[in-house]
Amino acid sequence: MKQITVISGKGGTGKTSVLASLAYLARGDAIVADCDVDAPDLHLILKPKIEETCDFMGLQTAVIDELKCTQCGACQDNCRFDAIRNFQVNFRHCEGCKVCALVCPADAVEMVDQISGHAYVSSTKFGTLVHAELIPGQEASGKLVTMVRELAQEVAERENKDLILIDGSPGVGCPVIASITGVDLALIMTEPTLSGIHDLERVIKVAHHFGVAALVCINKYDLNLEVAQQIEKICKEMGAEVVGKLPFDPSVVKAMVAEEAVAERAGPVGDALKSLWDELKSHL
Amino acid sequence: MIISIASGKGGTGKTLVTTNLAASLKNAELVDCDVEEPNSYLFFPDLKITETSDCTLSIPIIDEEKCTRCRACSEFCAYNALAVFPQQVLFFEGLCHGCGGCAIACPEDAISEGSRTIGQVFRATEGDVNLLWGELNLGEAMATPLIRAVKKKAKGDLILIDSPPGTACPMIETVRDTDFCVLVTEPTPFGLYDLDIAVRVLKDMEIPCGVIVNRSGIGDRKVYDYCQKQNIPLLLEIPFSREIAELYSKGILFSRAIPSWKDEFANLISAIEELVA
Repeated sequence: MKQITVISGKGGTGKTSVLASLAYLARGDAIVADCDVDAPDLHLILKPKIEETCDFMGLQTAVIDELKCTQCGACQDNCRFDAIRNFQVNFRHCEGCKVCALVCPADAVEMVDQISGHAYVSSTKFGTLVHAELIPGQEASGKLVTMVRELAQEVAERENKDLILIDGSPGVGCPVIASITGVDLALIMTEPTLSGIHDLERVIKVAHHFGVAALVCINKYDLNLEVAQQIEKICKEMGAEVVGKLPFDPSVVKAMVAEEAVAERAGPVGDALKSLWDELKSHL
Repeated sequence: MIISIASGKGGTGKTLVTTNLAASLKNAELVDCDVEEPNSYLFFPDLKITETSDCTLSIPIIDEEKCTRCRACSEFCAYNALAVFPQQVLFFEGLCHGCGGCAIACPEDAISEGSRTIGQVFRATEGDVNLLWGELNLGEAMATPLIRAVKKKAKGDLILIDSPPGTACPMIETVRDTDFCVLVTEPTPFGLYDLDIAVRVLKDMEIPCGVIVNRSGIGDRKVYDYCQKQNIPLLLEIPFSREIAELYSKGILFSRAIPSWKDEFANLISAIEELVA
């Protein structure tokens, strides 16, 4: 089974639009996994019909029993996450380490499990989608990414599919690392801006750090041809091949508003996406 | 006043807004908490770095002589960062959150605390603008301790904090204890969907917010309808323009190239001050 994750250092460079198009071009031969769990947008194009729902148990959280609490302050003094103020735990900041429960002399702290989100297996017009939603403000998005990926692998085996297309998050931290470890290819989206270059260099290094081959697609490359050329040069030096260049085209937003994948529309971007898809297949 | 600039969706223009805002004011401190991909400083080509410091996370140092392999530490660790074997104790630093619990749990007093560096904090100035940002070491998963370290160093009467995208822990840590949050969005279905998640997070945290629509003119009108329905003030619209996009691509602040925008950004702060009061 092969896995491709679409990531980007910088946000808003077209990960989801490209992934929706790849899903369309795969014509049902791939399982699609949306691992951008705190801004999951793929469903807006794929319009899934939910078939299975699983609870996601995130980190445990501490709860202080007011009746037992003597307000000695030991929990607050020992919490490294500044999650306890006025003898109350703020679940948004609690990382479930249990130190407060360990140091409480009055046995007033209890650790409780909490549902932090949900994962779904759904049918869509482009095949099966595994996706998830984190309850807004909850932690452990990396753990939920791992859950979505495991679920996607199960579904792929069940449906006898040998490709998983994964939509990742922006950045280089925990959810990104969780979405690329062990995949066959990372397709990195970038744009010809100074920020785009800076973020691209960092995310290529992270992919290589985790032993994942990185390929690059430059979105809106014709907005600044000079910077686009600079990106190609940097990619060559860093050993990350540029496998796609998408022109700036208002039809991309029009497709999004119409809830369609861009590749469903004829035009220069649609053509560029088809050749990107062929390139990706030849690299697998 | 501390203002955070956030967005659910990435690439909607948080950094564009924060940098132009800081450049249009006198003596604002620009704090870039997008430590995974800090970009704000790229727009201030003449900046001088005045201070650099390491951000460290606490890690356990195990005294193998004192250790009796009782497993109290590994059983306590909520992140599976410790594994006790007959010969030695293995520590997986990438999993450790630095809570310090293993040292407390150890009955033999065999664990002391050391530290490891997860990133750097930089301070710089360019003219009237003070800049402060963090940069996470590559391969490092946890951004929140670095965000906390950056925010601790912020100072001044007006602090503008550029947030990472999304609505998970890094964004929560960034907007925490700020007086107002500016949400930057774009008028598209993705922009709207992620804006709504961010609005719900902020409501829950009781942080007042307003919206800036970037690249107005593309997409549809649903973001405007949403703001009206939710009673969220529309603070500013930045039209989609090839000129602004090209300036941005070169790392040039458009409020410096098109001076009328400098007033727009300066007025924005007065509008926010009124909303907060």
